[in-house]
Amino acid sequence: MSTTEEHANEVPAEIADKKETTPETKKESAIGYVILFFFVGLIASLIVGWIIFPRLLYSQKSQPFDFNHAVHLDLVDEGCQSCHYFREDGSFSGVPKLAQCIDCHEEVNGEDPNEEIFVTEYVWKEREVPWLIYSKQPDCVFFSHVAHVSEDSLYDGKDCVTCHGYHGESETLRPYQYNRITNISRDIWGHNIAGFARNSWDRAKMDDCAKCHAEARDAASRRNLKAPTTRFITNIIDVAFPGTRPAGKGSSVQTERGACFECHK
Amino acid sequence: MKGATTHRYGMVIDLDKCTGCGACMIACMAENNVPFRDDESDKLLSLTWMRIFRLNNGKPFPEADVCYLPRPCMHCEGDHGHSPCVSVCPATATDYSRETGIVSQIYTRCFGCRYCMGACPYKARLFNWWDPVWPDGMEKFLNPDVSPRVRGVVEKCSFCYNRYQLAKNKAFLEGRRELEENEYQTSCTQACPAGAIVFGDLNNPHHQVHQLVDPDMAHGGRPRNPNAFRILERLGTNPKVYYLSSREWVRRSGDNTIEGEGKLKSH
Repeated sequence: MSTTEEHANEVPAEIADKKETTPETKKESAIGYVILFFFVGLIASLIVGWIIFPRLLYSQKSQPFDFNHAVHLDLVDEGCQSCHYFREDGSFSGVPKLAQCIDCHEEVNGEDPNEEIFVTEYVWKEREVPWLIYSKQPDCVFFSHVAHVSEDSLYDGKDCVTCHGYHGESETLRPYQYNRITNISRDIWGHNIAGFARNSWDRAKMDDCAKCHAEARDAASRRNLKAPTTRFITNIIDVAFPGTRPAGKGSSVQTERGACFECHK
Repeated sequence: MKGATTHRYGMVIDLDKCTGCGACMIACMAENNVPFRDDESDKLLSLTWMRIFRLNNGKPFPEADVCYLPRPCMHCEGDHGHSPCVSVCPATATDYSRETGIVSQIYTRCFGCRYCMGACPYKARLFNWWDPVWPDGMEKFLNPDVSPRVRGVVEKCSFCYNRYQLAKNKAFLEGRRELEENEYQTSCTQACPAGAIVFGDLNNPHHQVHQLVDPDMAHGGRPRNPNAFRILERLGTNPKVYYLSSREWVRRSGDNTIEGEGKLKSH
């Protein structure tokens, strides 16, 4: 290349440099190829990792028929609890069974084709609807709804939106996506493949549970502090290093966080 | 923690009442989805969270005497929660909870190194050599509150922790934070026809377990009742399972020292 030649001409004393002119030209063009292939490879792997892999990893199913939460929420008096209620023993009823729906849906009431499917295919045939549950956790997870909703618990009565988002106001059911390898609903990992969450309901992985639990413990231990200055300082510590103050530590001997059996079974 | 109280759930087993019938073992297996095999004769391979051992005083008739000793997990408190198995686990799969005093086992975290089995002086930990296989149709009768285990993980008695979780659910719904004594009872306790097993909170002086053994909490919960003893007391594992017996030879066999071996540690 010209620059190298000029450089060599300017310093004729270094004869050794002159001899290397031809191989260096080859070397530089090779570097160009290396950079080109590097970027081609990088872009290809980014496409594979961010677009193709997530599509391969997750499969999707549609719900048996569509359901409009918003319409139902307008008709009931007690909000979510009207259909998703607690049983007397404290367990959570989850998705309503046919027996609950049958009071209103014994016959087709409206014009909606989805209701017609429900009544003719499920109510009349007395079959339970095989709903696909977005928030279903794996078998080893123990989750108590009442412990999170109750004001007597550590978590101060969270509302449904904190974890489920505005599902109760949705007008349609989105497709149910699940991991092909683990069969776990995509809502657990979250829809962002990089794992970013903007809202508290975007994902429900173990880390998300642990984070909220640590915050709740911190908040509970702060409540005992009387002096406003100490409260202010601990507030800053808790935001910067959640779950590190001794008062906010959990009951686990191994991790100083919440004990494993809090959420596992 | 808001309103956090520390419990120390423990068990007292009256060996004078135990007839060795095995109802506790059966109830335990049914409650906790413990798998079994066609041939259960090899006790090294079978899984029994609650196992009954037969002790005898080794004397000829007419002094010959037999005692049955049911052995669940002892839920050792050790030294401030550092029970033998918890201390050695490299995977944080087993943990001691200061809130309940229960040693937990997280099956999905365990990778089956079996270090804890070596550390446990009570042989209360068991290894799944195979995936569980249930007889046809039995899968429908498994307990939904206990997750079944897979091949290659260690399992053990959890003091029916699922029952604690469910009892807590009910308490929260009723606006309580604390459980009554009868709300949380293990499966074996309720199954025992002789009423030999008593379960409750050792920290609560109103609970029967506390009254029966009168634990000395300054010394790791050593029983003050002269008839009460714990197995291998001298190791300082501070188990939360106590045994009662009016027979001296039975109490002595709880701490199987060779003659002249070290004395009881003043822990």
